[in-house]
Parts: sequence; C-alpha cells; structure tokens
Amino acid sequence: MIHNLLNGLFPKGHSIEFDGEFFSGFGQTETEKVEVIGTLDAAPIGVELAHRIAGNILNVVRFHPNRPILLLVDTQGQRLSRRDELLGINAYMAHVAKCLDLARRKGHRIIGLVWSQAVSGGFLASSLLADDCYALAQAEIQVMNLPAMSRVTKIPLERLQELSATSPVFAPGVENYRRMGAIKAIWTGDLAQHLAEALHNPNPIDQRRHLGEERQGRLMARKVADMVKADAR
Amino acid sequence: MTSYYEASARDRVNGVLDPGTFHEIVPPSARMMSPHLKQLDQPCAFDDGIIVGEGRLSDHPIAIAAQEGGFMGGAVGEVHGAKLVGLLERALETKPDAVVLLVESGGVRLHEANAGLIAVSEIMRAVLAVRAAGIPLIVLDGGQFGCFGGMGIVAKLCDAVVMSEEGRLALSGPEVIETTKGVEEFDSKDRALVWRTVGGKHRVILGDANLLVNDDLDAFRAATLDLIETKPDMSLEALEQEHSRLGQRIDRFGDCKDAVDIWRDLGIADPDTVPMLESAAFMAAIAGKRA
Repeated sequence: MIHNLLNGLFPKGHSIEFDGEFFSGFGQTETEKVEVIGTLDAAPIGVELAHRIAGNILNVVRFHPNRPILLLVDTQGQRLSRRDELLGINAYMAHVAKCLDLARRKGHRIIGLVWSQAVSGGFLASSLLADDCYALAQAEIQVMNLPAMSRVTKIPLERLQELSATSPVFAPGVENYRRMGAIKAIWTGDLAQHLAEALHNPNPIDQRRHLGEERQGRLMARKVADMVKADAR
Repeated sequence: MTSYYEASARDRVNGVLDPGTFHEIVPPSARMMSPHLKQLDQPCAFDDGIIVGEGRLSDHPIAIAAQEGGFMGGAVGEVHGAKLVGLLERALETKPDAVVLLVESGGVRLHEANAGLIAVSEIMRAVLAVRAAGIPLIVLDGGQFGCFGGMGIVAKLCDAVVMSEEGRLALSGPEVIETTKGVEEFDSKDRALVWRTVGGKHRVILGDANLLVNDDLDAFRAATLDLIETKPDMSLEALEQEHSRLGQRIDRFGDCKDAVDIWRDLGIADPDTVPMLESAAFMAAIAGKRA
C-alpha cells in the first residue's frame, strides 16, 4: 500500500528507506525534490518515534534549505503507556511541533497527507501542523469512535449516530474533517498532480477556521476568535 | 494564603494580576456558548469554561487566559479553543510583555471531539506564532484537573512552566491508560504513583517544568513575575539542543520503572522522601541534580 502510494505521488522516482514503522527519504516531482517523513502500520507514536521524526525534520532544515517536506504519518495516536508519560511524552510531541514550526519559518513548505489513519495526539503533533493537510478518501481520521464516545459521555449511541448524520462534530471521518476545515481537500485520481498543486500554493498562515466556516462545518471558531481580536480596549 | 488548587479560574486570574486591572474579553455576558453541547442537551457555560483578557502584573501589560476545571474538566471545545486562539492572535497586535496561560484541562472535549482536536491544533499554531514574535508564554499548572491531552502538548510549546506539587502535566491521563491497557500498566487509583509519574515534582526534576511553588496564589504570581523576562528562543540551535536533551533522556532513563529510579539515578539524596518535601526544601534538595 505504501509503495503504491509513493509510486503514485512520485512517478519520476523516489528514494525512501524503511526501518520498522518509520520511513524517510525523498521523492522527485517534475520540478524538485521533496523530503518524505512518515510512519506505517498505524504506528503508536511514543517518545522514540516522536524523537526520530523531529530529528529528521531538523536534518532537513540544516542540510536541505527550502526543500519541501511531505508528512505521510499513519498513526493510531500517541502510545499509551506509563513509561511514555514518565518520560514526558507531551514534551516530545511538542518538540516535533516546534521543529515543524521552525521548518516553516525557514521557508520550507510542509504538506501533510493522511493516507491511512490519523488519531488524536499523533495527528496533532504531525500532519495537523503542516501548512495544509490533505487526505485520501479511504483514510480514517478520528479522536474516538462513537461507541467509546458514548461510554465516556454517557450519551446514548443512537443519539450520537443520529446527530452524526448532519453534524461533522462527533463522528470519525475524512469528510467531516474536510467540512470543518482541517483537511484542505480529499485527493483522488492523479496524486502527483495533487501534490504539484499543493506545493505550488504554499499556505503558511492558518486558515482552517475560515475554511470550516465557508464549508458550514465549523460556524463558531472564526467568529469567536475575531470577536476576541476586535475587542476595543 | 489562598490555595491556587481550590480557587476558581476567575479568582486565579485576579490573584495573579495586579488588583483591579483585569479586563475580560468576550465575558460570560456575551453568551458565547458551545452550540454542540446544547445540541446534546448537556449543560452549557456562559464562558464555555475559559476566561480570556488583559491586565497588569507589577505594571507589565499581560494577556491572560484561565481554563475552568469546574466546567467539563476544562476540556477544549470549539468556542473554548477559539477564545484562546483569538487571545493569542490579539497578542500579536497588542504586544504584551507576556502571555500567561492558567491551564487546567483534560484535553479535547469529547462531546465535540473533532472541533476540539482542530481547536487544539489552532492553539498550537497560534502559540508558536506568539513566540516567534518574541513574546514569551508562561504556563501555570496547579489546578484540580491537571493539564492533559492536547493541552499537555500546548504547555510544552511555551517558554516556561510553573507547577505546584498538586499540578499534573502529561499527555494521556492515567484513567485513559488504565482503561485501554489495563490496571497493571497504570493504576489510576494509586494516587502516590500518579503524582510521582505526572506531578509537579517529577516534571521539575526532569526539566519539563521550570520551578515548583507552594499551592498559593501569591507564589504563582511571584513565579510568573520572575519568569517575565524570559526571551523565546526558537532557533535551529535551540531546537537541536532540545533534541539532544530529549534523546539523552531516553538513553539514560528509558529503562527506569518508576520516577524514584530516575531521581536516584540523578543523585538526589533520599529519593523516597521527595514526595514529602515542601517546595523550598524540594528545590534545595534537587539543586544541581536536575536532568
């Protein structure tokens, strides 16, 4: 699956090294080389993997000025363990985010593509920090599935399912995240063409709440943030 | 002495700032509430569980936000998150001397999970933008619900973290780990274990929090003032240093089974007594020994 994806994104070729759940390398578009950093098999992101992702981003910044970064992170979320918490996994996730932010400020374009799974903490520290995040139609994005959400919130599952028919707020799904502005577009067909267009339209400013409002999936975020900004003191 | 742990978000804000200087933005009277909770027939709060505004701290102009643990554990929903994002982006214009975040949150509000997750991501981007503008962010963590989930990541994006022993800082909460992985992995009822794994003292020893203060509003205020001159450093060199520090942490402590093993490894005398020390004695006991 990942090999088909890479071939589809980079028909002119790519050089990617795989090591367990992690991979990195570069792909060749019509016009430039793109650094690729990703994970496989719905990897749980623990301290080691987060540290490794961050290290790769720092290497790109140091050794490949201006080269764009494509994040292909497949994750079931943060690794759930007492050891990871003991070591301060939140600091490792924040470190990844800071490295991506540094790359952006140094002029690297950063594209996220959810190609398999993206869940909670692992998503927050990676693709959600890209300039723009895209997804394949068959990919899965979620915080929590509805049965678990029903258990935690004590709201009947039937009620959540019923509301999910019209509201993108509760249920997992790529289309819900697109409507809410976090996924800029869903890629189908010619992936190399989609990637070329994404790289051609860099977007270093966070516009997700505007998109979410336009698409009627998130109606309060833009409005409330602007109210706070506009307060006359 | 006023307990920070017991105080409401509003009392904390007023206690940290100079008296009478707080100006709240989008206050409860604006009735900006969660549309999603309403749809689920859940109780709503007029401020959606967060207070944002501006004030002064020893005459320094400050932007400030405080999450109210008493409302849904301070969890981040669409409106809650947007108020914080708005405050952070506002700071890019008003250029306060610092932004102070009084965090208390279980993370994403599950009743509006997708909106909450995206909101946390927007907070992260906005925090990084504020730091890039040279404005320091100082986090205070000493509330009843701790700081977990996405807010645990947000806290570590900031320039400084002040904790009390009662404060907790982590990604996944002990209950979540216990529910998913079993009680053998993490017994969330074992309070001593929880506190020494994710509590203020361990975070200070590890270097993920700058200092430990007593559970006292005045102490949090004084610590904030001490840190107000912090200058954000987001250079490649600073991040490479952080990278190497975090790598060494895994190499050195990756096999430790318990926080006490880490403390012993660092050469802290009588590590078993660390949980009993009050904050001044604690800071003295760990001086020069922190990771």
